Amino acid sequence: MSSASESTRDSPVDKGGSSFDKGGSSIVGRGKRDGNRLFQEWYQELGTAAERNEHSAYVFVMGSLTEIMRSFGIHTVFPEINGLQQAVRRVSGDDIGLAEDYGFSADVCGYLKADVGLQLRGGEHPMGKIPPPSLSVHTNACNTYIKWAEIWERMYKVPIFTLDIPGTRAAGRQTWPGQVDFENDRKYVAGQINEVIHLCEQITDKKLDLDKLREAMTHTNTMSRKWKRLIELNKSSPAVYNAMTDGTVFLGVMNGYRGRPEGAEYFTDLVEEMEYKAANGIGTAFEEKYRLAFVGIPCYPIFRGFSEMFTEWGGSFVGSSYLWYASGGANLGYQYDLDHPLESLAEGLLVTVRESMDSMFFSDRSLIEMVEPYGIDGVVYHSVKSCRTVSTGLADNRRAVMEATDVATLFMESDHMDKRVVSEAQLKNRVDAFFEGLAVRSQRRISNAAAPGQSLRARGGHR
Amino acid sequence: MRMPRLLDDYESRSADEAIRMCRELVEDPDFPTVQRWREAGGKVVGHFQVYFPEEIAHAAGMLPFKVRGAPVEARQAGAHFGSYLCSILKTSLELALSGRVTLDLFVSHPICDSARNLAAVWGRNFEYPCEILYLPQNANSVHAATYLRGEYARLTREIEKIAGHRITEDQLRASLGVFNENRRLLRELGEIKRETPWLLPADEAYSLLAVGAMIPREEHNELLAWVLPKIRRGTALPQDRMRLVLTGGFCEQPPLDLLHTIAQFSYVVDDDLLIGLRWITEDIPVGADPLADLAESYLERSSCSPVQHDLRRPKEKMLVDQIKATNAGAAIIIAAKMCDPGLDEVVAYTKALDDEGIPYFVSEFEERMTNFDSLQIQLETFIENLLFT
Repeated sequence: MSSASESTRDSPVDKGGSSFDKGGSSIVGRGKRDGNRLFQEWYQELGTAAERNEHSAYVFVMGSLTEIMRSFGIHTVFPEINGLQQAVRRVSGDDIGLAEDYGFSADVCGYLKADVGLQLRGGEHPMGKIPPPSLSVHTNACNTYIKWAEIWERMYKVPIFTLDIPGTRAAGRQTWPGQVDFENDRKYVAGQINEVIHLCEQITDKKLDLDKLREAMTHTNTMSRKWKRLIELNKSSPAVYNAMTDGTVFLGVMNGYRGRPEGAEYFTDLVEEMEYKAANGIGTAFEEKYRLAFVGIPCYPIFRGFSEMFTEWGGSFVGSSYLWYASGGANLGYQYDLDHPLESLAEGLLVTVRESMDSMFFSDRSLIEMVEPYGIDGVVYHSVKSCRTVSTGLADNRRAVMEATDVATLFMESDHMDKRVVSEAQLKNRVDAFFEGLAVRSQRRISNAAAPGQSLRARGGHR
Repeated sequence: MRMPRLLDDYESRSADEAIRMCRELVEDPDFPTVQRWREAGGKVVGHFQVYFPEEIAHAAGMLPFKVRGAPVEARQAGAHFGSYLCSILKTSLELALSGRVTLDLFVSHPICDSARNLAAVWGRNFEYPCEILYLPQNANSVHAATYLRGEYARLTREIEKIAGHRITEDQLRASLGVFNENRRLLRELGEIKRETPWLLPADEAYSLLAVGAMIPREEHNELLAWVLPKIRRGTALPQDRMRLVLTGGFCEQPPLDLLHTIAQFSYVVDDDLLIGLRWITEDIPVGADPLADLAESYLERSSCSPVQHDLRRPKEKMLVDQIKATNAGAAIIIAAKMCDPGLDEVVAYTKALDDEGIPYFVSEFEERMTNFDSLQIQLETFIENLLFT
């Protein structure tokens, strides 16, 4: 993996001129500004899709098949992103309540219930009107995707398609092209892609346009390449972005604009910005004292306050498993072979969605591997009631990371949607205690510095 | 290797005593039959709910053992999970961590997000292989059966490594034959429940079914072939009780006392308890490619559950059909606490039953619950309301 500050083909000179000539002020903060603008524009597009009689597909972040949808001119609606916005904008509670009145249990996925509430209210969302689906295409990366789509099937009587992507069978046992088990999986995925295309042809009354598909895949290639680089860039010290808060903005664009020229341009600019920050030692808006990895889903009902619990102690999230799985495995930087678009789409989906799943089920290995290169002082696990896909293995994952490394860890439980499950005071107590422990470790590190060759991360220390 | 019989002598006892023996085995968290198998040198494939192609493990001479939790406290497993989780996941791991059950291979399935995580958790804590068997979740793809045949071939290779020998096609065919006979006998058990439920209360039927998940199928076949005629010859007389269909027991299992409570007021004429043992509803035709036969039957000769999506078989329609086919008057819908698929399905079930005008009773449960007083009163009231209106 390349270091954070080295010049690569992603560097600004690739754009035909040194962007470092521009004033730093026009670069720094651009990603956040442009991300917010693109997000608004995307929701505006969705808001008028139904009026224009345009089709919309309800899809999910892990394996959205946006490239195919774009080649048919079908809008993509991401109910997970809608849900996140409902929570951040503090309307999720009402929608969850509506879904529970409809019959859903207090113990099932909050994203799902927020969406059911939204649909029952006719799609009125704080960001704009959400169009009804013409179809749903979802992978099995999360089983709730399937149960969720069944609700739309019943509610709207629209076709739904489960694109079944076999995942890794056991830790460290991924298979690769040429191996008999990989080829069995690939043929299955390829066959299903043809079935999805056939479904889209029926719905739109259009044939697949391979050139449009190639164009979308070209943009996704750029986005994936830049996404991988973006993640690597946070090896910089100080970190050039907050992987939890800024990362959520990046994820929104990554999913909403996947396969689009605006998305490719955005991430090209974003990497340029982060290269600039890395080269000039510019970090985030606070002084970085501790470098942290985040595992789980952020606490969206109190998003700002949740982030501040860490930043006020100088805790900087330099990495997040969220950026791996919720990007649909874009962290691999997988590049489609445009000469064989359908075959490559099948292989790419298999490999990247599998990576998404690995980032949830087997992420202990990746976390252990990132400790040294990213200079991780602590790993924060945020287990949420709503999402068993992400949360079920976290406590055990933490045990594995603690056994293999000497980084500090924090395990917390609340929710990413349902404020009733979020106890701010309890969370803060746990976070404060975590940082007090980190401070002690830091003090020991200073003491140990007098004894050469003793690294706290690699060797020992208070846990 | 010649393996010993795992069940105690029952042939010299009455049918009631044999059923009681089964019940004690089913409720015993130490799983003595599995221990006996291991003590005799046998190997065990533990597979988590719901469905597993047990024929493959059987053909290798191993004992397929259904891991479905137990009414135990998760003393050690609790530290490996967070709070918001179904009980079966925690107690299943507890069985292994506490040494009650020792396996040679553990297999989980993508039935739900918790179960898929379980293989990873298990794998981090045990030296023996732990893996996910990716049963197809797109049952409607024309490519699903071919894929599954390949996935079964992969599983076969894994099992061969553990067994230490190849599994021949003839061995597979022989195992399919043994399991076909088991399916036939379980259908007969279902027929008794449906036609003469006064002869076989729900908890007793369950005991006879569940014991099959912890003994070789040949032994289960012998037991069923011995006991079913005796049950048919029972002298109990029919009573004026409501005929019910019970649904929601596809993964975490309700305590036997809960089933006993329900059986006190009603006749459970059909259910989905341990549906994985009855997933394939007909005999599997045994041809030239037994793995293909097994794969095709998973998709084409099978039941339904909240963890399988098949456009041809909407779950709520299947439930309504089941109620009508068994001439039941109402449904009992149970859902394990914190079970996403089960709880999600409750909504679809109740809407469909409302549309059909079929009464239903909904309750959450946990495998470790011990107090049934409140449930008994609610159920009694529900049934009395139906009987008197």
